[in-house]
Amino acid sequence: MRRASTPGLLVCVSLALPGTAVEAATGAVVERYKWLTLAVFGAVIALTMFVTYVAAKRVKSASQFYAAGRSVSGVQNGWAIAGDYLSAASFLGVSGLISLYGFDGFMYSVGWLTAYITVLLVIAEPCRNIGKYTLGDILAFRNDPKAAKTMAATSTIVVSILYLTAQMVGGGVLVKTLVGIEYEVSLVAVGALMLAYVLFGGMIATTWVQIIKAALLVIASLLLVTLTWAPYGFSLPGFLEAVVSDQKVQARVASLIGDQATNMTPDQLGQRFLEPGLLFTDPVDQISLGMALVLGTAGMPHILMRFFTVPTARDARVSVLWAMAIIGGFYVLTLFLGSGAAINIGATKIIAMDEGGNMAGPLLAQYLGGGPDSMLGNFLLAFVAAVAFATIVAVVAGLLLAAASAMSHDIWVGIVKREHATQLEEVRAARISTIIVGSVAIIIGIVAKGQNVAHLVALAFAVAASSNLPCILLTLYWKRCNTGGIVLGMTVGAISAIALVLVSPNMTYPLAVRATNERAIQIATETIDKIGAERATATDATVQATLDKAIAAQEKAKAAARDVIAKLGDDRTSMVGLEEPLFDLRNPGLISIPLGFLCVLLGSLLYRDRRAEELWSELYVRQNTGIAAEAAVAR
Amino acid sequence: MAKPTINWAAINADPTFQDFQTRKSTFLWRLMIFSVIYYLLLPVGAGYFPELFAKRIWGPINVGLLFALSQFVAVWAVAAVYARRANRDFDAMTTELLKRAPLIGAGK
Repeated sequence: MRRASTPGLLVCVSLALPGTAVEAATGAVVERYKWLTLAVFGAVIALTMFVTYVAAKRVKSASQFYAAGRSVSGVQNGWAIAGDYLSAASFLGVSGLISLYGFDGFMYSVGWLTAYITVLLVIAEPCRNIGKYTLGDILAFRNDPKAAKTMAATSTIVVSILYLTAQMVGGGVLVKTLVGIEYEVSLVAVGALMLAYVLFGGMIATTWVQIIKAALLVIASLLLVTLTWAPYGFSLPGFLEAVVSDQKVQARVASLIGDQATNMTPDQLGQRFLEPGLLFTDPVDQISLGMALVLGTAGMPHILMRFFTVPTARDARVSVLWAMAIIGGFYVLTLFLGSGAAINIGATKIIAMDEGGNMAGPLLAQYLGGGPDSMLGNFLLAFVAAVAFATIVAVVAGLLLAAASAMSHDIWVGIVKREHATQLEEVRAARISTIIVGSVAIIIGIVAKGQNVAHLVALAFAVAASSNLPCILLTLYWKRCNTGGIVLGMTVGAISAIALVLVSPNMTYPLAVRATNERAIQIATETIDKIGAERATATDATVQATLDKAIAAQEKAKAAARDVIAKLGDDRTSMVGLEEPLFDLRNPGLISIPLGFLCVLLGSLLYRDRRAEELWSELYVRQNTGIAAEAAVAR
Repeated sequence: MAKPTINWAAINADPTFQDFQTRKSTFLWRLMIFSVIYYLLLPVGAGYFPELFAKRIWGPINVGLLFALSQFVAVWAVAAVYARRANRDFDAMTTELLKRAPLIGAGK
């Protein structure tokens, strides 16, 4: 059974829930210290701008623009991959999930690292060996170039735009919650920075922005974890003992499990925080998400593209190993960030700022520095906010570059110009594509204000896992794979993933929303009656004041629920006209990934393609050995 | 471009290359399958064996938490095993093939 009141994993992931930031219209930063925040933000932006300025002078050829001249070292690329991958959703979202749901939040973070096993073992080195700039280049190697590039470019643009929209909307809400800058302003700021990095500095600037962001993220996390853990002598049982014996944690668990809590001792309640089942109730859905992560990451065009920036396959391997060390280390730290926020801040305060828990990390930083009134506390908060901001721009820049490359390199140069374009023309096309995709992303972001874009992140991974990955894997490792399989697999994989999400519980179903809120109103009314009765018999003035406050809070909850119902109007059906979900899983991977693989197999067997067979030997030898791989540009 | 001078089909049929790629792919797919299964045990355990996961072992630390932490160790271990093998064996075999590549099948 799924709890209706659970905000749900995807909501937290995207950092965006309609009305999430209502409580924090002025932001988490105290007005008096706003200058401090702006100064830290300014410093981070200035640093990235300087890097872009230096990079811009070097971007003259297509290889420089798309692949940083293949002169990024393995270690640098490892940091850049971590910077490309660790989105604000992981930094703020996962620590938030842990602070609110304990074990389940931590369990969620594991899949993000495991995903890199696929990248390391079967994708990174072969793709470096045979690839040039894009996913399209890999798929066009032995398949019909026109068909393969069209499919690959379409898929790249779809996946990137889905992910980009989630990041932009989430980022806008986040910056507003953190520092109180208006949604539209922060969205345009993120968009303008992203455009500046990619437009002027191409892959070189994008890489450095990602490296800077990853370094800042690691520094911020290590600092916060050290401050959180030090009071417990860096003992794991000691720290967790403090977590399970904390009253706020026990109260949070009690509120999550409802009736079950009545016969439990406070100790048992606290221990329950470290046991599974507070957030995820459907293991099948978890497995489905796990598959999308483990197979989708390797099919993400912006991650794939990073392997074209290093000189050799060996460097590609080194870069994944570094990325795995950084990403894994970071996710282990989230356990401390989240639990630290749960005991030092408490779920109630975290939710008051943001329902998805995204403010857990920033609030923890403020607390560790000395609280909302201290200068150091606000400096730490500003620092974490700036890191979150840098995180958003670095991720969106990588996505923008991937989408723009697909548009210019695959579609314009590959198909329209039939591979006949000069370096100058190609770089110009790439820049024009950057402006087009970037502007579209900003416009979508503004239009999508207040929309629930939560499912888009998981959808992007599901599409990548169901359409891109089966094609890459089978074209690299299966002799019979050909154009027919690529076209059928890509189409069916992507469409089935999107269609399944459209009829899944991720969408808003007005009838269910209305029922949930009506129940909330009813419960609030009953609580008010109960407190009212208590209030009538209370004599102590302080008790009366507390009860009055409690009543006011319930009234507020009631008003909020009424607002939600009023907003629904006469709607009865979801976006695609359904009264209730047709498909029970939030994550389509379990169905769409096998379907994608099956269609590549079927399409290949039904279609005859001499070129694919003739080029198999060359592809297979090259992907294994790196003979004749694209060389690095001499600096 | 060195492309026209290389006989891809001959290299693909070359016993050294065949041996190299068979050993490499067996090794890779084994690691891959182990990793996926080990990872999926986490949601399966959390969903279907909650009592086992709740069993306390070391202070408040229970089986589930240890298993979740072991996932990180397992992933890093798989990466280390692969890196060791690739750096030691695969790279040497690749270099060897690269050197011989223009010669294989050139005589026909």
